[in-house]
Amino acid sequence: MKSIGAILTVFLGGLLIYCSMDFPPWGDPDSPANSHVSPYYIEHTLEDTSVPNIVTSVLADYRGYDTMFETIVIFTAGIACIFLLRMFKTVEPETRLYRHLPTGITLRIAKGGKFPDDSDHFKRIDSDWVPHDLILQTTCRMIIPFIQIFALYVIAHGHHSPGGGFQGGVIFGASIILFAIAFDLRSAIKRMGERLTAFLCALGVFIYAGVGLVCMLYGNNFLDYSALADIMGVDPISARSHGILMVEVGVGIVVMAVMVVLYYNLASAGKQDEGL
Amino acid sequence: MDELLTILIARINYWVYIILMMIGMYGIIVKKNLMKKIIGMSILQTAVILFYVSIGAKKNATIPIIEHGHDTGHATAVQAAHFINPLPHVLMLTAIVVAVATLGVALALAIKIYKQYNTLEEDELIEILKE
Amino acid sequence: MIWQIELIILMIVIVLAIGALAVKDLLSAAVLFGAYSFMMCLLWAIMGAVDVAFTEASVGAGVSTVLFVAAVFRTSRRTKD
Repeated sequence: MKSIGAILTVFLGGLLIYCSMDFPPWGDPDSPANSHVSPYYIEHTLEDTSVPNIVTSVLADYRGYDTMFETIVIFTAGIACIFLLRMFKTVEPETRLYRHLPTGITLRIAKGGKFPDDSDHFKRIDSDWVPHDLILQTTCRMIIPFIQIFALYVIAHGHHSPGGGFQGGVIFGASIILFAIAFDLRSAIKRMGERLTAFLCALGVFIYAGVGLVCMLYGNNFLDYSALADIMGVDPISARSHGILMVEVGVGIVVMAVMVVLYYNLASAGKQDEGL
Repeated sequence: MDELLTILIARINYWVYIILMMIGMYGIIVKKNLMKKIIGMSILQTAVILFYVSIGAKKNATIPIIEHGHDTGHATAVQAAHFINPLPHVLMLTAIVVAVATLGVALALAIKIYKQYNTLEEDELIEILKE
Repeated sequence: MIWQIELIILMIVIVLAIGALAVKDLLSAAVLFGAYSFMMCLLWAIMGAVDVAFTEASVGAGVSTVLFVAAVFRTSRRTKD
């Protein structure tokens, strides 16, 4: 098996290297890929959409359909992960571990014992050994608001600098994942529950498709944002710029929610009680 | 010597991408562990993305963001030769995010298989399924 | 772009890819794969694809490494090959 795989791989690699002799030299400005479609995007993006970042304008305006269905693929992946892993019947573990916060003593309570409520004195901890790390938790508590502000900046400033809905959404989701790692999964779920994340997944796709439908109601094509000029009271070119921003917000919400859903389900293997 | 160097510089990028693709494919075909197979799949994916992005590269061109676009953009004409081709960037940007979503589904399947059969090795799985 | 830097990073990328597939501990493989993703991000920044580099830095080196570590934590860490 090993030798067959190696021979197959080397054969394919040799074939590709043989084909690479016909490629244009690396970085050639006149290669076919650089000389047919893309000059139109580069030269007309400012007069069409008034967005300096060409990648953003192509992503959300010229190729809006493409991005919409990519968003739906991400949404479907999140739903598939829930269906594969989530176990709705909760099986109570044999024993639970609690930490007495003022003294730092760990209590092990077997099944049938009386579980204390979560309060200022007792806190449930995971069954794998988790030290109480004050430095880590305080640092994360301080740093997470700034990460989230940066994520919102990346979404809102994607017109003028690298960034946009995908990157900002991932950074926002990563801040919530950081919270879940530094504290524990239960306190993260208490703040951002399963219902909310599933709702946000759907809401982002709804915003994206809804913007397109509003354009259609005003008599233009699907996702032709210049129809929004009447609602916003700006000229059609600025309306396209604002339409791109609305779509990016939708993309950001989907990506953020799906990242959080994936982490919750993978880290707890679907039980959503004890995490990483 | 100089000619050889220019040919090497013009081609060596493509060869490195092909080597990366070969590493990823070898991982998918030969490695028995499912997690290793997923890592190999991701390497193959990034190699293809790297190839696409390098198609759009241009010499003596800058990043595809037009400088001071809002203030003076309409007055000065934008020349296509001065900016890197943005089209592969757009396609591959969405491909990366979709890749991480599908990676999540693949890992979910791996966890499900481990729960059911208590192993991730392919040959042991085949043994269990034969019984 | 400076081709010497690019060549060095390409070599590092190949070494990390082989390492991620060859190492026998899956947690190390996950971390090496994160390093591989980050080197890939540097490569794209050199090529001028800033948006792609930004996405890879947040997605590939950030979230996908965390997902790998979470999955290794829930399954086994050892492997035979």
